[in-house]
Amino acid sequence: MAAPSPANTGLPPALADATRDETSLRRFLHGLPGVDQVGVEQRAAGLATRSIKKAAKLWAIDTAIGMVDLTTLEGADTAGKVRSLCAKGRRPDPERPEVPRVAAICVYPDMVTTAVEALGDSGIHVASVATAFPSGRSSMPVKIADTELAVAAGADEVDMVIDRGAFLSGRYGRVFDEIVTIKHACGDAHLKVILETGELATYDNVRRASWLAMLAGADFIKTSTGKVSPAATLPVTHVMLQAVRDWHTATGTRVGVKPAGGIRTTKDAIRYLVAVHEVAGPEWLNPDLFRFGASSLLNDLLMQRRAQLDGHYSGPDYVTVD
Amino acid sequence: MWEYAPAPESRDIANLKPSYRMFLDGEFVEGGGEPLKTVNPATEEVLAEVSTASKSDVDKAVKAARRAYDRVWGRMPGAERAKYIFRIARMVAERSRELAVLESLDNGKPIKESRDVDVPTASAHFFYHAGWADKLDYAGLGPDPRPLGVAGQVIPWNFPLLMAAWKLAPALACGNTVVLKPAETTPLTALVLADIIQQADLPPGVVNILPGAGDVGAELVGHPDIDKVAFTGSTEVGKLIQCSVAGTGKKLTLELGGKAANVVFDDAPLDQAVEGIVNGIFFNQGHVCCAGSRLLVQESVADELLDKLHTRIATLRVGDPLDKNTDVGAINSREQLTKIAELVSSGEAEGAEKWVSPCPLPDKGFFFAPTVFAGVSQAMRIAREEIFGPVLSVLTFRTPDEAVAKANNTPYGLSAGIWTDKGSRILWMADRLRAGVVWANTFNRFDPTAPFGGYQESGFGREGGRQGLEAYLDV
Repeated sequence: MAAPSPANTGLPPALADATRDETSLRRFLHGLPGVDQVGVEQRAAGLATRSIKKAAKLWAIDTAIGMVDLTTLEGADTAGKVRSLCAKGRRPDPERPEVPRVAAICVYPDMVTTAVEALGDSGIHVASVATAFPSGRSSMPVKIADTELAVAAGADEVDMVIDRGAFLSGRYGRVFDEIVTIKHACGDAHLKVILETGELATYDNVRRASWLAMLAGADFIKTSTGKVSPAATLPVTHVMLQAVRDWHTATGTRVGVKPAGGIRTTKDAIRYLVAVHEVAGPEWLNPDLFRFGASSLLNDLLMQRRAQLDGHYSGPDYVTVD
Repeated sequence: MWEYAPAPESRDIANLKPSYRMFLDGEFVEGGGEPLKTVNPATEEVLAEVSTASKSDVDKAVKAARRAYDRVWGRMPGAERAKYIFRIARMVAERSRELAVLESLDNGKPIKESRDVDVPTASAHFFYHAGWADKLDYAGLGPDPRPLGVAGQVIPWNFPLLMAAWKLAPALACGNTVVLKPAETTPLTALVLADIIQQADLPPGVVNILPGAGDVGAELVGHPDIDKVAFTGSTEVGKLIQCSVAGTGKKLTLELGGKAANVVFDDAPLDQAVEGIVNGIFFNQGHVCCAGSRLLVQESVADELLDKLHTRIATLRVGDPLDKNTDVGAINSREQLTKIAELVSSGEAEGAEKWVSPCPLPDKGFFFAPTVFAGVSQAMRIAREEIFGPVLSVLTFRTPDEAVAKANNTPYGLSAGIWTDKGSRILWMADRLRAGVVWANTFNRFDPTAPFGGYQESGFGREGGRQGLEAYLDV
C-alpha cells in the first residue's frame, strides 16, 4: 500500500493512522459499528412515509432538477445523442425558462469533448465515467489512461468504479491505492467513487466501502453504475448518508452522495431528499453534495412540476424526449 | 431550509358526532352517570359529550353479559364464534381511516402511528384470536378448556382502541362475555368499536362498553357476578384491584407500569440503536408501559451514542397529531403533562444533566419537548419512577454483569432491549433480564402471536399468543 496521499494528510490523527498500512486499514474498517439490516430498512421505510405537499413539493422538484446528473451510458451513444442531452440539460423545459438547469451531463470518456462543446459556458458540469466502467476489470495503467483521457477532454467530474473483486476478497489496500491514484490523475476534477453496492451485498460492506473511499480522498460516494441490479435503494443510501455525516463529524469536511440507477419518479426523488434532509442534514440539500444519477427521472420531475403549477396533469408528449 | 408544508389528515374522516352513548345489551343507551366531555389534547377543544355509567348501569351490563353467556355465547361452538370475530376484524380494517383519525383526535397520538400501528394491530388481534376460537383444545392447555364466564375489563388511555382489541379478542374467542370500561379521557374509538360490534350482529350482551371514570371501573371489578378481571393501567390502581378481588375467586390479570432498560453494548449497530432508543421512548409520546425509558449504555461508546442521539432527536417533529409528518404528538391530558413536568424538575433538582430538543412547540394544547437526562444514577427518581412521557434517562455501565444488575434493579419488569452484534450475548442477557418481553436489536414491536406481560410490579398474566388464551380459560 502506498504512503498516505496528499488527499488525506489533513486528516485527524486517528484517521490518518487508519491508512498507514493494509493492517491498520483493515482494522479500522472492521472496527466501524455494524449496520442492522432490519433496523436500517425499517427506518428507510418509515421516512419514506413523509408526506411532502404544496410549496415543499415544488421546492423539492426544483431542487431535484438541479441535482440531476443527466446520464447516457450506452454502447449506442452518438455525438448527436449527447448534444441533444446537453440541450435538454441546459433547458429542461423549453416553455418554462425558469426551470433550473441540471447539475451535470454524465457520459463515457470519448463523448466528453462533444459534451464540453455543447454545454459551453452554461455552468453545467461534464462528468465522465472512467476506470474501465462499469466492471472495473482492467489494469491500473489502463484505468489511469482512461481517467486522463476524460480529464484532458475537459471533464470536470470523474465517476470511477472500485475494484469490487479486491474489496470482497479483503484487499482493502489495493482499493485504497487505486482511488488515491485515480484522484491524483483527476487533478482538479471532482472524483465520485462508485461503490456498486448491488455487488457488495451487505450494508456492513457499504459502510466500509464508503469510509474507504472517503479516506482515499473521494469528493462523492456513489451507489451504482446503473448496470447492476439492484442499483440505488433507499436503505443503501441511508447507510451512505450516515457515513458522510459521521465523516463530517470526524473531519469537518463534507463528502457528497450520489444514488444512481432505478430512480425514475418524482415520488422516489422526494423520498431520497427527505432522507438527505433528515439523515445527513439540510446542508447536503445542495447539488455540490447530493446528485441523482438518472435519465428518465428528469421528465417525471418536469411533468410533476407542471402539475403542481397548472393544477392538472399533462402528458409525456408535453415534455421533450432526448 | 426545506420546510415541509402541513399535510394534515382531514378530521372529517373521523365522523365525529357531538355526543356518544354507552353500549349496553346490544343497544346504545344513555347512562345514568354524569356525562363527561372528552377533549382534543392538541387543541384543548371539547370533541364530544359522552354518557357514563352509573352503579345500576354496571349491574345491568353485568346481568346482560351473564345472560348472553348462559344462553348464547358460552355454549356456541367455537367455529361459530370465530365467524363473528373475523367479521369484527374485517370491519375494523375497513374503517381503519376513520378509527385512526378519531384515535389521533381523542388521544393526541400522531396519525402516522394510529394509521400504521394502532389500528392495523387492533385488527390483527381480532384476526389472530378468531383463528383460535375453534382450536382451543389444541392450545396445549389441557383437554376441553372452558370459558370463565363474564369478564370485567378496564383499559388505559395510551392505546385506546388497541387495548380494547387486546382485551376483547381473546375473551370472545375463548367464549367469555365482556363488560369493558374505556379510559375517561379516551372513550371514543371504543364506542366506534361498539358500533362495529353491533353491525357485526354480535348477540346482545356479549360485549358491553361503559365509559366512565375510576369509580365505574371500581364498581365493575367489585361486582360479585364477575368471573374474571383484566386490567391494564397504573401499578397503583392495579394494587387496589388486586386487594379488592382477593378472596373472591375472580381470576385476575394485570398489565401495569414499567421502567424498561434499553441496554446498548459497544459492539451494537449504533445508528440503528439510536433509532431503537428513539422509537423506544418517543413512540406514542412515551405513553407506553413498556417504553425504553432507561438507556443503559456501555461507557466506551456513551459519548458517541449520546451525540448521535441528540442529533437524531432534534429532527423529531413535534406538533399537530393529524399532520402526517408529525413524529411526536400531544400529551394526553393536562394532568399527565403536569406529572411529567414534575418528574423532570425532580431530575434537574437531583443533579442530572438535562438536554431538551430545540424543536418548536405549538402555542396551545398539551405538548412536551423530547427530553434526555444524562448522568443519571440509580438513586434518582427519574431512574426509578415511571414517567410515562417523552423523557429518557441515560445511565452507563462497564461490564455485562453490571448491565444486568442495573437493568434488573427496578420493582418493575415489563420489557427490556438489548443492542449488540453478538448473538450469544443476546441470549446470555435475555436469560438474566427480569422482564416479560426482551427485544433484541429492536424495540416496541408488537404482534398478536407474541405473548406480552410482566414481572413483579408490572403485573402478571400474558396477552397475545397461545399463552394469552390461558387468562380467559378454565384449564
